[in-house]
Amino acid sequence: MNTETAGEPNLTHPSLALLFKRGFWLAGAAAAALAALVVACGGGDTEATPTAVPLSGTIDVDGSSTVYPITEAVAEEFRKAQRNVKVTVGISGTGGGFKRFCNGETAISDASRPITKTEIDACAAKGIEYIEIPVAYDALSVVVNPQNDWVTCITVAELKTMWDQPAQGSITKWNQVNAAWPAADLKLFGPGADSGTFDYFTEHVNGKAKQSRADFTQSEDDNVLVTGVAGDKNALGYFGLAYYIENSSKIKALKVDQGKGGGCVSPSAATVENGTYPLARPLFIYVKKSDAEKPEVKAFVDFYMRNAATLSADVGYVKFPDRVYTLATARWTSRKPGTMYATAAAGETLEQLLSKP
Amino acid sequence: MSAEAAGNAGARAAGWPSRPGRIALRRAREWPVYAFLFACAIVSIFTTLGIVLVLFEETYNFFKEISIVEFLTGTEWTPLIGEKHFGVLPLLNATFLIAILAMVIALPLGLAAAIYLSEYAHPTVRRLVKPVLEILAGIPTVIYGYFALRFISPEIVRFFFGSDVSLFNALSASIAMGVMILPLVSSLSEDAMRAVPQALREGAYAVGANRFEVATRVVVPAALSGIVAASILAISRAVGETMIVTIAAGNQPNLSWNPLEGMQAMAAFIVQVSLGDTPRGTLEYSTIFAVGMMLFLSTLVMNVFAQWLLARFREEYE
Repeated sequence: MNTETAGEPNLTHPSLALLFKRGFWLAGAAAAALAALVVACGGGDTEATPTAVPLSGTIDVDGSSTVYPITEAVAEEFRKAQRNVKVTVGISGTGGGFKRFCNGETAISDASRPITKTEIDACAAKGIEYIEIPVAYDALSVVVNPQNDWVTCITVAELKTMWDQPAQGSITKWNQVNAAWPAADLKLFGPGADSGTFDYFTEHVNGKAKQSRADFTQSEDDNVLVTGVAGDKNALGYFGLAYYIENSSKIKALKVDQGKGGGCVSPSAATVENGTYPLARPLFIYVKKSDAEKPEVKAFVDFYMRNAATLSADVGYVKFPDRVYTLATARWTSRKPGTMYATAAAGETLEQLLSKP
Repeated sequence: MSAEAAGNAGARAAGWPSRPGRIALRRAREWPVYAFLFACAIVSIFTTLGIVLVLFEETYNFFKEISIVEFLTGTEWTPLIGEKHFGVLPLLNATFLIAILAMVIALPLGLAAAIYLSEYAHPTVRRLVKPVLEILAGIPTVIYGYFALRFISPEIVRFFFGSDVSLFNALSASIAMGVMILPLVSSLSEDAMRAVPQALREGAYAVGANRFEVATRVVVPAALSGIVAASILAISRAVGETMIVTIAAGNQPNLSWNPLEGMQAMAAFIVQVSLGDTPRGTLEYSTIFAVGMMLFLSTLVMNVFAQWLLARFREEYE
């Protein structure tokens, strides 16, 4: 697991830090325990801004590597306001993150797709309630090497030919997908089975979640995929928009054609916002309900909601319209448990889903 | 009265215990040291036992669901995605292909270096060169991994085999691994050669052999058991090596003898699954133990074989 740590050792007060430095660690530990008790008891009345009350504690976040850049950016900013709160953000993949979340190991789970039925059951079995909060849009990007001069636009049907299960071992050349392309080896790079990006892509391109060929280079770490595609003329891969934006000098994003008359569309903020890019999807964080009243977790999520728009755009994702953030924040402040996708009808927008009572 | 008896008398006079008593006391005082050292030794034994037990238990769980025949003879390894297949051959093949290619590089170079250091080099040169060579063994393997991915693969492998070669390929991992195990081969072989008695060399020189003949016909055969053991230890190191294959070989199970393709070695698969935080108790989780067991047995067999070779073919000299 790749974990980035934000925050300083858990010293709740400058005088405690001094105690530790002088070696009175026993006295310090006792005082820290006392302080923790005081913080825990006084947790109910922290309505002030994060800067006003110095908080402490650890917030464990894990899950999607696609959501990671946003959560990590939020954690970095949050650390500036709350130096004593330690936020760790892992990248186990959406599925890997939920496995840990529903096992009670993490407070917040990053997800690049809604929670699934199996995961809902796993959480229920452990009595873990959660609040589902959308944070930004991603345009799942299909990328190739910049030296690739034969393809600029790809249809969803072609992607399915490349990636679906029957392709395993049989579709190995570019010209098997489209006769106009060269007879070069097709080198595929994609996220592994614990990834929400993998789930989303297989569901929307191949038609069924997790149905995919298995003979491609897999990694939960999107940087490995970037390296692979950037280093191989015949490569094709897919991952979240932020990793393309970050590496746009080394890789080339393809336009995607849904094949329903929409034509070729590039992944970008504009095409996601106007709904024309076929592989756009919302990203989420799931907050454990029983941790939501911990002052440090509450402050972190409040901070997240205030800054999600700016920071998600900063790292290469697409911010929601303001009214979606207003609705998402309301969902968080009212601590509404469960997933809004349990009762979702096909074609309902995020705004409609969030507006349901 | 001897001096010792006088000492005894003095000791008794001072109320000290008798001689046997003092020995017992000394033993009693030695006891904590003995116990501590014994505990240290036992910790490593129990650790090994614990690892083997855990491996066995989880492997047993795996084979309750997957037949051992399918595991050992299946040619497809797709335990995580789509239609699941549990044939370990692609991983086994990749592991040994990479290790053997690494040996193809490390063995001739390492042996030549050992012959040079043992038979040709001036003692001063040897004193300088040997530690430098051993530094290679001290480089963290993650650095070898990125060296393979960022330099060997694009600059060397593609220079010789064309720019269409995958960036992730087995050959670049093999080359890096060959360089990594080179000091193991050369250093141990050199030790074995230096242990060959000088009289053998002098005898050969006396009947007119030149330096090269002495090295290749007398010293190397005499040190052969040590050289073979060094090579097997090096292969077993290569088989178990993890970071290089994870970073540079491409995480794609692939049953192929073409080292220019991307492959997944056993150790790299274990890393991949561990990174994904697969929950305990699932079949996917058990796979890493079954593969780990395979890896463990491979290296164990080789190490035992190396020990046996050493004992069996050892040339004993005065």
